[in-house]
Amino acid sequence: MIINHPLLGPRDASEFTYLGDASLINRPDWQADNAAEAFYEYGYVRDNPAGKHQELWFHEAGDRSWLVVTRDTTTHEISKVELARDVARARGRSK
Amino acid sequence: MHDLVAITALGGVEPRVDTIGGVTCTEVPGVALASVAARIGQETKATKALAKLIGVPAPGIGQHAGDPVTAFWAGPDQWMIEAPFDTHEDLADQVKPALGDAASVTEQTDGWTRFDLSGDQIPAVLELLCTLDLRKIETGSVGRCSIHHIGCFVLCRSPDEYSIYGPRSSAGSLHHAIISALRSAL
Repeated sequence: MIINHPLLGPRDASEFTYLGDASLINRPDWQADNAAEAFYEYGYVRDNPAGKHQELWFHEAGDRSWLVVTRDTTTHEISKVELARDVARARGRSK
Repeated sequence: MHDLVAITALGGVEPRVDTIGGVTCTEVPGVALASVAARIGQETKATKALAKLIGVPAPGIGQHAGDPVTAFWAGPDQWMIEAPFDTHEDLADQVKPALGDAASVTEQTDGWTRFDLSGDQIPAVLELLCTLDLRKIETGSVGRCSIHHIGCFVLCRSPDEYSIYGPRSSAGSLHHAIISALRSAL
């Protein structure tokens, strides 16, 4: 599998490590009233789609950037690769 | 007062030099290093300050630039600065005032070891060592990659001169990997 790194171009998947669902970017507010419930869902509840899936990959043997890869879990076709920080900032996470 | 003998990363008093099949691998201990990471929202300011420091525009993705103080791209908005140890022993302290609050600067000198390859068949050696796309590498390129599971930087100074940076604590393993590849390829 080849991941088309947004900065470095096509790189072999062996250079990357997989973390999981890209929803991990949306870490709940630990000070919120419902923090316990929110962290339970953040830590344990996942969709497991057969099809398009947004996931976090780390370019460990490369520039060490985190990527959000949109991949079809049934065909392994990768339709989109973005820097995770760009995705996080687009969702309003500027810190 | 202690009377300590300075040794290189490979443990020698003099830097190790190996010549195999027309390519020479030289241990290069005399380098000072510091890392620069631009702070959020300060990327443009940091890039400009870095350009002023090295005297040429800050290197872009996968590039290195500047002499004698060289910056090479390490990741998004991150660079490594290298300079001769003799003149820049306190490199991080020299870089920090230049970057100010625009970036975080960290001393890296003794964290890394450098091996220089010189000769005319280096790509044949590198293609055994790493996954970098060597057809895209030219003078001024830098790539971060895994060599025998060791995270390294590979810098192309010219088609006949490359530098490899790896963690100092793995200097022996990295040297073994390079020498094995030299013997296999040449």
